[in-house]
Amino acid sequence: MALKGNLRDFSVTQLLNLINLARKTGMLRVRGPEAQASIYFREGKLAYAGLSHEANDLATILYRDKRLTSGQYRILRERAGQMTDKALGLLLVNGGYLSQEDILHSLQAFYVDVVKRLFAWAEGYFEFDAKAPPPAGKILTRIDLENLIIEGARHLREWEQLQDEIPDLDMALKFVDRPGTNLRNLNLSVEEWRVVSYINPKNTIRQIARATKMNDLEIRRIVYGLLQAGLVELVRPERAVAPKRQIHTALEGKTKEEQRSLVNRLISRIRGL
Amino acid sequence: MQTVKIVVTGPFNAGKTAFIQTVSEIDVVATERKITSEAEKVKDTTTVAMDFGRITVDEDLVLYLFGTPGQRRFDFMWEILSEGMLGFIVLVDSTRPETFREARSILETFRAYAPTPYVVAANKQDLPEAWDLDDMRIALRLPPEVPLLPCVATDKESVKNVLLELLYRILEEIEAQ
Repeated sequence: MALKGNLRDFSVTQLLNLINLARKTGMLRVRGPEAQASIYFREGKLAYAGLSHEANDLATILYRDKRLTSGQYRILRERAGQMTDKALGLLLVNGGYLSQEDILHSLQAFYVDVVKRLFAWAEGYFEFDAKAPPPAGKILTRIDLENLIIEGARHLREWEQLQDEIPDLDMALKFVDRPGTNLRNLNLSVEEWRVVSYINPKNTIRQIARATKMNDLEIRRIVYGLLQAGLVELVRPERAVAPKRQIHTALEGKTKEEQRSLVNRLISRIRGL
Repeated sequence: MQTVKIVVTGPFNAGKTAFIQTVSEIDVVATERKITSEAEKVKDTTTVAMDFGRITVDEDLVLYLFGTPGQRRFDFMWEILSEGMLGFIVLVDSTRPETFREARSILETFRAYAPTPYVVAANKQDLPEAWDLDDMRIALRLPPEVPLLPCVATDKESVKNVLLELLYRILEEIEAQ
């Protein structure tokens, strides 16, 4: 089924959240006003990213990252211009020019940068193709998306959207029990760490804001990032009394047996429609 | 004669009126008006107060289906409609991700009014642009215990299935008390 839409309605941060939580594999294509981005994911991790209007071959990426001199870059372009990135990477490692770590580090930085640039795209048609093969000849990485999602949430400025995302500051937060999530791998700001340190089902978001001296907008933005990254979930504060089920109001004055009988009559009638 | 009601809510153009029309034994009493806002012109008319459908169970029992207006400016009606309901259905258009945030907000609002049993129905699942249910669950931030059901509001069997799932949830609530 389709996973497509417009960034105007469903942001890059939300898309990354979806891909991360569903551990999706496939190609996300985003057609912006001036360029097209192609981003490949493997099991919810960023594996490749490129923009249509700029060179994204390995030699250029390494040269821009100052891992190749201009002379080396020129020679590679002349003699190895037709090589795939995988073949070129192997050549450079086997020739002792660069280590595998150097190459991966440059690629990761490049892919992350491509995704970060998408955060500035307010519009763009996107489509996720789960059947698309990995980009041919490219070296794939495995980059966790949580940091990118939190980075994306920092760009969110619209008060109205934040209020819709987190309407009730009297809710509390708890860490999700999700395998593979490690807070220590996250690049959080000081303010974000301060919020994280107060996360506990007993503390409401409002209380955390008070303790960290943040206004409603600031606390909402940080909580939104943590929610989107799938690190926390909203829960009713532990000491709050859960609202009483209203089923008695709807079926007032009836015994349990009468309530059961009434619902069973409704079920029979609907089945028979 | 006893009457009980189920509320059908959801964002603008989610298919609430069609959902009720599909199973109601009377012509739905719809309070529709021509749409004036350019932004909302994906259809010609919209519900401004409520839709009202009826299913007679037997000579002693009638089920009413109330559809809420989808536009936020009519949300003063929501609390009135939710009064005394047996449960509610949140209908979401599977082809319009721009409405998912609104759907989440409506769901939270209704849960606050009346924490009765509810189900979420992903409407227009027959269309090629429909989002996958697993993706919608994440986008709507629905926990695993909340039923998210595929739905085609114009298909009677599909609507019956959603109503039945809600009634099973209500029955479970009764048993759990």
